[in-house]
Amino acid sequence: MKKIINKTLISSAVIATLAFSSAQADDITVVSWGGAYTKSQVEAYHKPWMAQTGNTVVSEDYSGGLAEIKAQVEAGNVTWDVVDVELSDAIRGCDEGILEVIDPSILPAADDGTAAADDFLPGSIHECAVANIIWSTLIAFDTTKYSTAPTTMADFFDLDKFPGKRGMRKSPKAMLEMALMGDGVPANEVYDVMSTEAGIARAFAKLDTIKDSVVWWEAGAQPPQLLADGEVSMTIVWNGRIFNAIASEGQPFGLIWDGQIYDLDLFVIPKGSKNLDAALDFVTFATGTQPLADQASWIPYGPTRQSSIAKIGTFHSDASINMVDHMPTTAAAMKNALQNDFEFWADNQDQLNERFNAWLTK
Amino acid sequence: MNKFIQQKGKAIIYLLIAAVLVTFLTGTIKAAVGFLLVFGVPLYFMSKMPEYATTGERFTRYMFLVISSSILVFLITPVIIIIPLSFNAEPYFTFTDGMLNLDPDAFSMRWYMDILHNGMAAPQAVEGWWKDMWENAQWIRAARNSFFIATISTVIATSLGTLAALGLSRPEMPYRALITSLLISPMIVPLVITATGMFFFYSDIGLAKTYWGVILAHVTLGVPFVIITVTATLSGFDMSLVRAAQNMGANGWTTFRRIIMPLILPGMISGALFAFITSLDEVVAVLFIADVDQRTIPRQMFSGIREQISPTILSVASILVLISIILLTVLELLRRRSERLRGMSPG
Amino acid sequence: MSTAELTLTEDGIPLKEKLAKTTALQRRRALLLTLPLVIFLVVSFVFPIGQMLFSSVHNDKVSAVVPTFAEAIIQWDGEGLPSEQIFEIFVKDLAAAKKVREIGRTVGNMATRINYEMPGSRSLFTSTARKAKKIEAPYKENLIKVNKKWANPTIWLTMQRAARDITPAFYVAALDLKYDENGDIVRADELYQIYLNNFIKTLGVSALITLICVVLAYPVAYLLSVLPLRQANLLMIMVLLPFWTSLLVRTTAWIAILQTEGVINDMLVFMGFISDDGRIQMIYNQTGTIIAMVHILLPFMILPLYSVMKTIPPTYMRAALSMGAKPLYAYRKVYLPQTLPGLAAGTLLVFILAIGYYITPALVGGEDGLLISNLIAYHIQKSLNWSLGAALGTLLLAVVLILYWLYNKLIGIDKLRFG
Repeated sequence: MKKIINKTLISSAVIATLAFSSAQADDITVVSWGGAYTKSQVEAYHKPWMAQTGNTVVSEDYSGGLAEIKAQVEAGNVTWDVVDVELSDAIRGCDEGILEVIDPSILPAADDGTAAADDFLPGSIHECAVANIIWSTLIAFDTTKYSTAPTTMADFFDLDKFPGKRGMRKSPKAMLEMALMGDGVPANEVYDVMSTEAGIARAFAKLDTIKDSVVWWEAGAQPPQLLADGEVSMTIVWNGRIFNAIASEGQPFGLIWDGQIYDLDLFVIPKGSKNLDAALDFVTFATGTQPLADQASWIPYGPTRQSSIAKIGTFHSDASINMVDHMPTTAAAMKNALQNDFEFWADNQDQLNERFNAWLTK
Repeated sequence: MNKFIQQKGKAIIYLLIAAVLVTFLTGTIKAAVGFLLVFGVPLYFMSKMPEYATTGERFTRYMFLVISSSILVFLITPVIIIIPLSFNAEPYFTFTDGMLNLDPDAFSMRWYMDILHNGMAAPQAVEGWWKDMWENAQWIRAARNSFFIATISTVIATSLGTLAALGLSRPEMPYRALITSLLISPMIVPLVITATGMFFFYSDIGLAKTYWGVILAHVTLGVPFVIITVTATLSGFDMSLVRAAQNMGANGWTTFRRIIMPLILPGMISGALFAFITSLDEVVAVLFIADVDQRTIPRQMFSGIREQISPTILSVASILVLISIILLTVLELLRRRSERLRGMSPG
Repeated sequence: MSTAELTLTEDGIPLKEKLAKTTALQRRRALLLTLPLVIFLVVSFVFPIGQMLFSSVHNDKVSAVVPTFAEAIIQWDGEGLPSEQIFEIFVKDLAAAKKVREIGRTVGNMATRINYEMPGSRSLFTSTARKAKKIEAPYKENLIKVNKKWANPTIWLTMQRAARDITPAFYVAALDLKYDENGDIVRADELYQIYLNNFIKTLGVSALITLICVVLAYPVAYLLSVLPLRQANLLMIMVLLPFWTSLLVRTTAWIAILQTEGVINDMLVFMGFISDDGRIQMIYNQTGTIIAMVHILLPFMILPLYSVMKTIPPTYMRAALSMGAKPLYAYRKVYLPQTLPGLAAGTLLVFILAIGYYITPALVGGEDGLLISNLIAYHIQKSLNWSLGAALGTLLLAVVLILYWLYNKLIGIDKLRFG
């Protein structure tokens, strides 16, 4: 105890006063996926917004899904004001009426004057949601484990050429697509194949070939940790998190962009938010040109505004890393890339989750 | 063999020699401690065998003692082992070499400090450190929630439960079996079902995501324990004392206050302790009903274990073990007091 | 006492009557004492569970969204495609529903409901709803033009089933059955069977846990019952302390002990039994679930056994032995039968608690250690198919209540004691 008090003597009183001057203005709760991703949002969105408006943002972590939003809305006690969700959840939540409608006309024009509707990438503005990033699910491997680096999705499923445990997300979403691509299906045909019973069977058969070597993860923070601990030698991972492990912790990890699956993350507002105006203000602020561009200097998730892409700078702690090169949207990364089909998953996720769970326990 | 076992002193010497041998052979103290525990404890109880017992009988009994003490060791080890592990200076869940060599640098309080620092706005600040800790540290907030919820639910559960137990123990009580099974059923019905039902219902009436929702749930789950302990105390209760009091002109309230209450107090307190610990330990209902604002210690541990298990969890766990030890001691003292009181009352 | 001369009390009322009156008063008083708690539990516990049971057969997501259509389709004879009139009602209802944004009454809610029974149909509803306003007569033809899936009679059969608010559909799903394209109930494809297997697994794992608990508890309870009180009390601490320690603490402890980098694996590697690469996976699977659950439930077996064994006089065994019975025979004929009540109590209690367990399997169960409670929680918290979760919960509750009834019949719940 004494030690701490001594240590604290040096630190400035400014921090303390900052921390305790509890705001008179609105407090909003913004919920996101935690770890390096939330950190990037805190730096690029929360802090500037708090400075500008005098409001406070309480940041919370979750691991995806609509359950909590639905529970809060149905209980009539909404404590989350803004939530960062996947596209399929944004659509489903909007369909089921548990999200507030966001009028696209409140979104500000780009710095150069382009109207928001033209500035945002196609498909990033929805009835109840505004997209802020494009992220990707891809493969990372431990470079110290392999003398010749794996380069394709097929290599991930090749235990003979590239022995070692594999990390995968405990969900059929993206795993089935990757299994098919690993089995030689080109990215642009994946969902056609998956729409047939035979295609699903083919995907599960491919997963069967590595099932005994798979370590399943649930939270996004786990796979970089699994790689770092040596629990797995290759893992499916979200591109931002693994980049952070490489760039800030200097981990010896390599990436395989072949067969990457990219998707949008969007801001939504649960219906009945007690701070609707502040929440809307936050969403419009955060999806403005500059904040989106700033966010990209903390984590390589692609901004959803054209005007922001031009402004992407270097990594916040290392000016030699040009963030644009690490986005899922570079030409090299897009060579054999797949966009997640939210409609396919909205239609089939109940059934495929059941089949996946049954398969897991067999 | 017979002689060996009867002479306790000699037996202990042999045992120690064997332990040293084990240490030498396996090169670790751990094995020797285990050896002493498993083989030494039974030997202690062995010395009371009658003279005429045969070697076979002695062997059977010895094996029996070895087995039962191993089971006891299995029961207690996990609870005890986390305490030294929580002082690990490294972020591992195992004894490091330094710890085994009792190197002071291998031990540290860092995970205990982490309990306080986690969530604080400025853990290094001087001014307002205490306020910051009290208001922002996640574990402290969880602890405040836990104790607040547990205290209120215990008071409600104990008063309602004791009242009902008094009714149930009256000989005239109608539908006793039916009502007893109803009152005990929250303990039997799987928690997931209870929590799901409460989640739906409390959502409808606006109690979900509130302190009262969690408290109601915990009262419900604590009630069976109060009923069981208080009826147990009352089953040994001498009703003639009540009649005697009434004969002497005491009214119902006076009888309760002066005669019944002091006698069933130990049962009430142990019932309350059960209800308290049930609430303190409960996580399923909290998972379903509570919001972040009502996050309790077990809820915090649950997500800690789920997401990334750090030794901080072990230090929280060690503190909880300490609390259990204290509660258990109180309970034991109460039991003794209750026995003494009963010894005094006739019948 | 002869019937002619009734004994009268002071105030002239026959004694019998007065007694009956007093007894009735006392009965009412006793009942009154339990009343507050009974009312409390009915509100906070019985009613919520009843409501959940109801939601397993009640789902109005179709009739709430397209009410006129729901009434009309129920009348349909199920042959071929419904009439033009029903198509018209459907299109108009759908167009009206599209505007609704009330929770639980949107097209999305209905689409989700139908999608449970007919996977892949969700987007059919949401995309058609967007165009419904523009669809004109002839409705049948134009609707099929919008999406040819509307020409499939199965979708109309499914809607007809779902239009009824009271439905067995979720029990059909919970029992690994499904409706085929003609609306008959058939077994689901083996690849999608999950619940029945899990039920069987849950019962099996619980039985195994109970068995292990019996085997482990019996010698310990016996030892405690024969030791002198002082020593027994000392050893009792080793049983009671874990019993009083938080469930999460004990689960955490087992993770620390059993994980691949944990205490046991370290010891085994250190002693050379296994290599550093060959560390054994003991947690995050069924083994881990069983070990941790045995540890948590063992006191529930030891305590009832102990309280029964304590009452058995040691002289019985001595008498049997002195009359020449072999120890094993004497044990089987004299001792074992007397411990049966405790054994039955412990077994039922442990089994009941085991089949409803949630926390420990959720934390250390990995992929194959999950029990039925975990699936229920999954549907309540993740997939949001609340009705299916409720149906699974009802089935589990039924099993538990039968066992509870058995317990009451055999042992009596009022005999339950702790410590």
